[in-house]
Amino acid sequence: MTTSPVRDHPPANASAPPADAVATGSRRIDPATLTVVRARHPWRWLAGAAALVVVAQFVNGLVTNPGWDWPTFAKYFTAPVVLQAMWLTIQLTIYGTVLGFALGMAIAAGRLSKNPVLQTISWTYVWAFRSIPLIVQLLFWFNIAYLYNSLSVGVPFGPALATFDVNSTISGMTAAVIGLGLHQAAYSAEIVRAGILSVDHGQLEAAAALGIPRRRQFFKIVLPQAMRGILPNAANEVISLFKGTSIVSTMAIAELFYQVQVIYGRNGRVVPLLMVATVWYIVMTTVLSIVQYYVERHYAKGAVRTMPLTPIQKARKHLAEFTARARQHSPQTKQQTGPEDHR
Amino acid sequence: MTIRLLDRAATGSQPEPIGDPAYAVEVLGVHKAFGTLEVLTGVDLQVRRGEVAAILGPSGSGKSTLLRTINHLEKVDKGLILVESEPIGYRLKGDKLHELSEREILRQRARVGFVFQNFNLFPHLTVLDNVIEAPLSAARPSRRRRKELAGRAREFLAAVGVADKADAYPRQLSGGQQQRVAIARALALDPAVILFDEPTSALDPELVGEVLEAIRTLAGQGRTLIIVTHEIGFAREVADTVVFMDGGLIIEQGPPARVLDNPTHERTRAFLSKVL
Repeated sequence: MTTSPVRDHPPANASAPPADAVATGSRRIDPATLTVVRARHPWRWLAGAAALVVVAQFVNGLVTNPGWDWPTFAKYFTAPVVLQAMWLTIQLTIYGTVLGFALGMAIAAGRLSKNPVLQTISWTYVWAFRSIPLIVQLLFWFNIAYLYNSLSVGVPFGPALATFDVNSTISGMTAAVIGLGLHQAAYSAEIVRAGILSVDHGQLEAAAALGIPRRRQFFKIVLPQAMRGILPNAANEVISLFKGTSIVSTMAIAELFYQVQVIYGRNGRVVPLLMVATVWYIVMTTVLSIVQYYVERHYAKGAVRTMPLTPIQKARKHLAEFTARARQHSPQTKQQTGPEDHR
Repeated sequence: MTIRLLDRAATGSQPEPIGDPAYAVEVLGVHKAFGTLEVLTGVDLQVRRGEVAAILGPSGSGKSTLLRTINHLEKVDKGLILVESEPIGYRLKGDKLHELSEREILRQRARVGFVFQNFNLFPHLTVLDNVIEAPLSAARPSRRRRKELAGRAREFLAAVGVADKADAYPRQLSGGQQQRVAIARALALDPAVILFDEPTSALDPELVGEVLEAIRTLAGQGRTLIIVTHEIGFAREVADTVVFMDGGLIIEQGPPARVLDNPTHERTRAFLSKVL
């Protein structure tokens, strides 16, 4: 009888009179025998349909307008030069993010420290690098040899131990990474600082009262909780840096956007090649967004009473329910079905 | 350079024995002000080993501040606090008090358990990890030590009646359960004294009893406890000494029967008439 519809179930306690029966006038109703008629939402359906028409028109335009020139798009989308350029864009993003957040964490720590010298220096850093437009800063780094033509490592204000020629040490790529990283560090510092400030002061007091060493307090107690606040903003920054790398195209570095410009400069097919770049940017942003979802989930442990299911877990659950229902409705057990079965 | 040399010399020698070994905690002439607001104005308090002291008093009387000075969450302006004859926050050398480094202060704090009004459990760690964290970080953390400590931690959790919640996260627990975990967390360091800062004030009335029961068990085991509380009945039942504070001073102290039933001071009488 496991497949019988809900309405046929006997009351939980069949022998005793139903305790939850409701009296209406002289008639007694057993709630278990009632069926629910769901409310209808015609306007919801209408609005959905109207929106779908607009979307269909747009998709139709994408497919039928010859201006998009999809064959050219297909030809260049996975072309080796484009893939190489894509890889360079990814590298710029990785180096920029690593340098930016490493330095950013140090600056955030400086701003939150009790040392007035470190406080002032880190505040000044953030002030300066947020004030200078990225492109101006990049051009400075690109022309650094004009200011300093050799680079020395040694005792401060004392003798040098090793000297490098700036023009050969700082290539275009290095200049781009330094520029992106330093720019990113100013913003990352503020994001990390915001995250740390969002952690309840009681957590620090509890950690201090338990005698947990300072470093461990930071990495084991404060940072994991700060990450909840840091991550959405940090993901924003990484994605915006990823697309922002296109700005280094002005320095003739063969990243994605530069390469695409070179190609359409040669063959004149501007729109399909811009689409090549666009679709790659979309693909990578999608990947980053998925990574963000799972990293955030990891740090949400303990913050919510029960974890919501991931989209994959949800899909699996629906599939399991669907197959279970399909089995239920197979010919030999088919019966009259109640409204609950259609939910 | 001289300071560093002095410090090194001090670390090498044993600290001079001061204070009375009968006492777990001695508060000697402590003053504390926040800006112009004087919160403690010369507090003297001695708590024997194994004694349970309950601190009562109106809000703003300095009860919580006094408690927080005992484990150096607040630094005192004047006076000295000894825990098992060791000055808190300082090392006595001749007639000079040398400020301890932060690392040494943290080590001292491990000798003083603290239970907060708002529990302050670490929400991102499981109950078991909350209890293990402090003893684990006291020495080099390792997998083996973690395992040893987990066994002991489960005993502490069982002692306060939350053994079955070891793998849950704090937010999945009721307030009463969270506070009992916080007590287990304080116990895990085997402290010389445990300080309770209004441990039941943030709880729903029906959850107060279970936390008081856990504290009662500790008192029965002969632990030294200092409890800031508004639960007069509980203080009467569990405390050996009731301390009444007002205006940053200890007005009156003694066995509960005397202070609660037969107060000598007008302000104590006025306070008790309001809360009883």
